[in-house]
Amino acid sequence: MSKKFKVVNNKTHSVDGHAEMMGRAVYTQDYEAPGSLVLKMLRSPHPFARIKNIDTSKAESLNGVKCVLTYKNVPHVAFSRAGQGAPQPSPIDKFILDEYVRFVGDEVAVVAAINEKIAEDALKLIQVEYEVLEPVLDYKTAYKNKSVIHPESGISQAFEMGFRPKDNVAASYEMEVGNVEKELEKCDVVIEHTAETQAQAHAMLEPHCSNARLDEHNRLVIYTSTQTPFHIRRIMAQTLGMPLSQIRIVKPRVGGGFGGKQQFHCEMFVALVTLRTGLPSKMVYTREEVFASSYTRHPMCITMKIGADKDGTIKAIDCHALSDTGAYGEHALTVFMIVGSKVLPLYNKVNAVRFGGRVLYTNHVPAGAYRGYGAIQGNYVLESAIDILAEKLHMDPVELRKKNSMKEKETSPIFEIMGEGTKGTAMIMESCKLPYCIERGAELIDWKNKYPRKEVGPHKVRSVGCAIAMQGSGIPFSDMGSCAITLQDGGFYMVRCGATDIGQGSDTLISQIVAEELMTTVDKIVIYSSDTDLAPFDVGAYASSTTYISGNAAWKTAIKMRERLISEAATMLGVKENTVEFDGKKFVSGEKEISLFDLSNKLIYSAPQHQVAVTESYIGHVSPPPFMAAYAEVEVDTETGEYEVIEYVSVVDCGTTINPMLAKGQVEGGIVQGFGMASKEAVLYNKNGQMLSNSFLYYHVPTTKDIHKLTTEFADSYEPTGPFGAKSVGEIGIDTPPAVICNAIYNAVGVRINSLPITPEKILKAMKEKENR
Amino acid sequence: MKLRFYLNNVEVEYEIQPDEYLAQVLRRNGVLSIRIGCDESACGSCTVLVDDKPVLSCGLLAAKVEGKHVTTVEGIQEEANRLADYFGDEGADQCSFCSVGFALIVHALRKEYKNPTDEQIKDYIVGNICRCTGYQSQFKAIKAYLKEAK
Repeated sequence: MSKKFKVVNNKTHSVDGHAEMMGRAVYTQDYEAPGSLVLKMLRSPHPFARIKNIDTSKAESLNGVKCVLTYKNVPHVAFSRAGQGAPQPSPIDKFILDEYVRFVGDEVAVVAAINEKIAEDALKLIQVEYEVLEPVLDYKTAYKNKSVIHPESGISQAFEMGFRPKDNVAASYEMEVGNVEKELEKCDVVIEHTAETQAQAHAMLEPHCSNARLDEHNRLVIYTSTQTPFHIRRIMAQTLGMPLSQIRIVKPRVGGGFGGKQQFHCEMFVALVTLRTGLPSKMVYTREEVFASSYTRHPMCITMKIGADKDGTIKAIDCHALSDTGAYGEHALTVFMIVGSKVLPLYNKVNAVRFGGRVLYTNHVPAGAYRGYGAIQGNYVLESAIDILAEKLHMDPVELRKKNSMKEKETSPIFEIMGEGTKGTAMIMESCKLPYCIERGAELIDWKNKYPRKEVGPHKVRSVGCAIAMQGSGIPFSDMGSCAITLQDGGFYMVRCGATDIGQGSDTLISQIVAEELMTTVDKIVIYSSDTDLAPFDVGAYASSTTYISGNAAWKTAIKMRERLISEAATMLGVKENTVEFDGKKFVSGEKEISLFDLSNKLIYSAPQHQVAVTESYIGHVSPPPFMAAYAEVEVDTETGEYEVIEYVSVVDCGTTINPMLAKGQVEGGIVQGFGMASKEAVLYNKNGQMLSNSFLYYHVPTTKDIHKLTTEFADSYEPTGPFGAKSVGEIGIDTPPAVICNAIYNAVGVRINSLPITPEKILKAMKEKENR
Repeated sequence: MKLRFYLNNVEVEYEIQPDEYLAQVLRRNGVLSIRIGCDESACGSCTVLVDDKPVLSCGLLAAKVEGKHVTTVEGIQEEANRLADYFGDEGADQCSFCSVGFALIVHALRKEYKNPTDEQIKDYIVGNICRCTGYQSQFKAIKAYLKEAK
């Protein structure tokens, strides 16, 4: 199916890489207005408390303090910081500032001062009297706990999502296809597996930051490090009761997001301070705040029951999950549903499948959007369970996966039932090279010779493990992206799009898509994105939507531009449109021709003197999943439980790779972030609910020394609904490492670690327990 | 207090507080290439060279560079531009918040080792965290650059 391309699917450097490495002022903090007030936040020392009294008078009278915000002087309007579309599929359960504080690090008061030192001094002068409440620090005890984390009025859900704050339930969900209980009874083999996943920190390098000013029209302009400029504008306008027209959100270069910048952080506070004082303001989270006062991945406990026939045909899957959303319900329902909807369809030949459970409030740092978005949690447990099943069936786990997994032109009833918060969309897999990915990955890792294990030293064992995964490409009938192209005199194109480049390279690949269609090169494209004043709407960078949704919008717009150019050239040459050939540089009709350069200049300066501009939008009608198979070879030290990943093989079907190097970067970056979650990263609290892992010194992300060999390949695949055949690739990479490493460790030393991260201590302990049994 | 030092070979004089760190002082004086990722000497983004040795500027008291030579990426523009080519070739430039730190650490690495082994390269850059790439593309880019830029 492969097609030949000139720009797309070819090596193209990032459009911004040079400027960034050369140190140009391109990130949010580099755009602070001179004289900006510095904002600092007073944060709760208690996991759960009510503010009985708050006295800010001393802080306010400190010379240099311009403004102090507390729950008493900001609008009392509930909203969700989640940064999603409308209607918001997360509970509306947060106030800008509140009389309740629900985790250590929750927001109490904001000080704006002329410099950082005064702001920090002023924080110490705020006197707060707390009524300390009994916290809930274990989500397994949260349901109907006598401590109710959201007792307040004024909170709501935009539609029925099982939101029951009196029971500490942020959301719940149940679905069933067929009759799971009955099917399981009929199966020859049934296995049950329960495992837990931990909270993971995004740990993007650029901290959360925003700055605000009033512009020459007295409009509020906010530069912010965000993945969702348009959602920020809409939700801010609603919450502050301002006309949308009075707000401009500008997203400069962003130093990493991974879901961590889909939501609100500093935006509302700089807005309020600047509106109140008329002065520019800025807020930058400290690294401790990034860890302890933003949000994490949802910790979960998931049980999979799988039934199969003796021949290895999987007949039924029953999945039950509990999720910890922490203090606020941001992405509570939608992340939860992905545990089912982007994991269970992998094994689509079942007669019955069931999924359900609850998302509970606790007094931990809130959980929110994070790359993988439920799929990594579900994948860890399902793909471990598949290996357990394979062992029980005496089958090679690779063979079991090949036999039961999704194939091209197939579907799963889950697609129609489960969407993101609402009903889903039925779809057939028009592109699914999963069988090839499984086959090719096994070849690359040399599964035949390495499975199950090999002794390589007196106390060293090597083994291999595998897993498969899927994700989606945007949210059908919800995610919309737009693009506008104008032909400039001089014969180049100005592209404005809403797609939000957060480092993943969307500006580069949108430029490639437009260049491909207009048969030109990327250097003839000038791209501006994600400024709500200048760019057309796009939902932003989340849900693996950018390549597919925003890419399709750019492609549609470029096609329209090409048609428009041919029509303009035909008029100018005095010929019929269908006689004009365009090669990207000139228009030819028989003997007559005109260059794009001349056409563009004539259009502006002689006749007909008009700007050629086109705009288009795209909304997905399906969400074609990217697929992958992953394999790892690990070496385990049986004396210490320590292990190293010798090689990690990924074979990915994401359709056409618009930018092969950036696509590889997405996969490998995801693998290593997933490897961090699998092996070492953990958000830890003490018994008082205080986060211990609030620094890079205590929260260890992978370094260059942890990574030995990553082998990444792409399947030859073409998605007919994608731009030039592309699907998404931003999240799929992160899904497999927990399961792959868990399976490889099991194959090596015979112990299965049922909680993440898989540490040497846990391995050694499990090995000792096994010996003693 | 007054602080005098050489910034990219030009003598400068800044007014500073005794407890201020170099990263903040540089940014306050318009050297916006300094990317402060953690402000706790743990991520490598704010790397500068002090007398040619890589230092984390967020953890170095500004007063300590009195009379010394401080190099930021503005002082090695040509080299950073070339390294960016190699990063581009490998797709190793994603959010690039770490890139300036890499440009400076690689500059120091080149000065210290003629023919570094893979292990030496990894040991040298291990303090520079990248959350986007998974490191392999960066490592390949740096290796190729070191080989050809000898």
